[in-house]
Amino acid sequence: MPINPDLAGRVFEKTSPYLVGREKVREFARAVFSTSPLNFDVDAARAAGYSDVVAPPTFAVILQQLTLDQLLADPDAGIDFSRVVHGDQRFTQTRPIVAGDELTATLTIASVKTLGGNSMVTSESRIEDAAGAHVVTAISTLVVRGDE
Amino acid sequence: MSVITPADFAALAVGDVVAERQFTLTRDSLVRYAGASGDFNTIHYRDDIARSVGLEGVLAHGMLTMGFAIQPVLEWLGDPALIDDYQVRFTRPVYVDGETGAEVSVSAKIGQLDAEAGTARVDLVVTAAGQTVLGKSQIRIHAPVAALQAP
Repeated sequence: MPINPDLAGRVFEKTSPYLVGREKVREFARAVFSTSPLNFDVDAARAAGYSDVVAPPTFAVILQQLTLDQLLADPDAGIDFSRVVHGDQRFTQTRPIVAGDELTATLTIASVKTLGGNSMVTSESRIEDAAGAHVVTAISTLVVRGDE
Repeated sequence: MSVITPADFAALAVGDVVAERQFTLTRDSLVRYAGASGDFNTIHYRDDIARSVGLEGVLAHGMLTMGFAIQPVLEWLGDPALIDDYQVRFTRPVYVDGETGAEVSVSAKIGQLDAEAGTARVDLVVTAAGQTVLGKSQIRIHAPVAALQAP
């Protein structure tokens, strides 16, 4: 089943608020081999001007994943998850995510392209804090392999 | 921890290597990342499933490689707020052997510099088994505000 080309330009519903937990930040930071005290130590983070421990730059993938789940669950999209390969990834940030942030993410499908037998879906997940201010946008291209 | 100073920034030149580090991945690293990120795709911890979809074996999450590849640069910068943008292309899988794991090398150098605007592009070279695993991996950074106020 081919990817629905009409997906391009589609904006999905904003995700439910995600509360960034201090231990989740520490757990994620350990998993990506962080050595920065800002990721682990509340006092160090406060001394550097942050309200709490700071999440590593790729932490936003957790929020992005919540939006991509919306896309993959949509029967209109026609995306077979077993054929999906992550092509590229980008984070454009206004500020780092910190523990205590309550974040929402809004998915927009930027483009759908076909190259050879494969489809490439580029999505943008705009992540905002509780006040509606931009924190980071996660941009991702998923390559969906065609039928062999 | 020390934050890069305006003087450090002004002294940068294109081609300068600003950070380097070697990472050793084991199967434990992949399980830990799966739990932390919520990405439980089985190709990251089950050889039988990885092979059944045509892979050589279990491979690291691309997002794990992207996640640690920026760590040496963060250490050098001191403050993650100086990062504006981080992008990578996933060009080749990093296979993680059950016994020997995988070694991944990261080298970060200045690719572009605008000292007046106080911005730079840091290019990452990320290799495993002698081959590049992340392509076009670039971090855009800005100098601390004080750098722009310097005469």
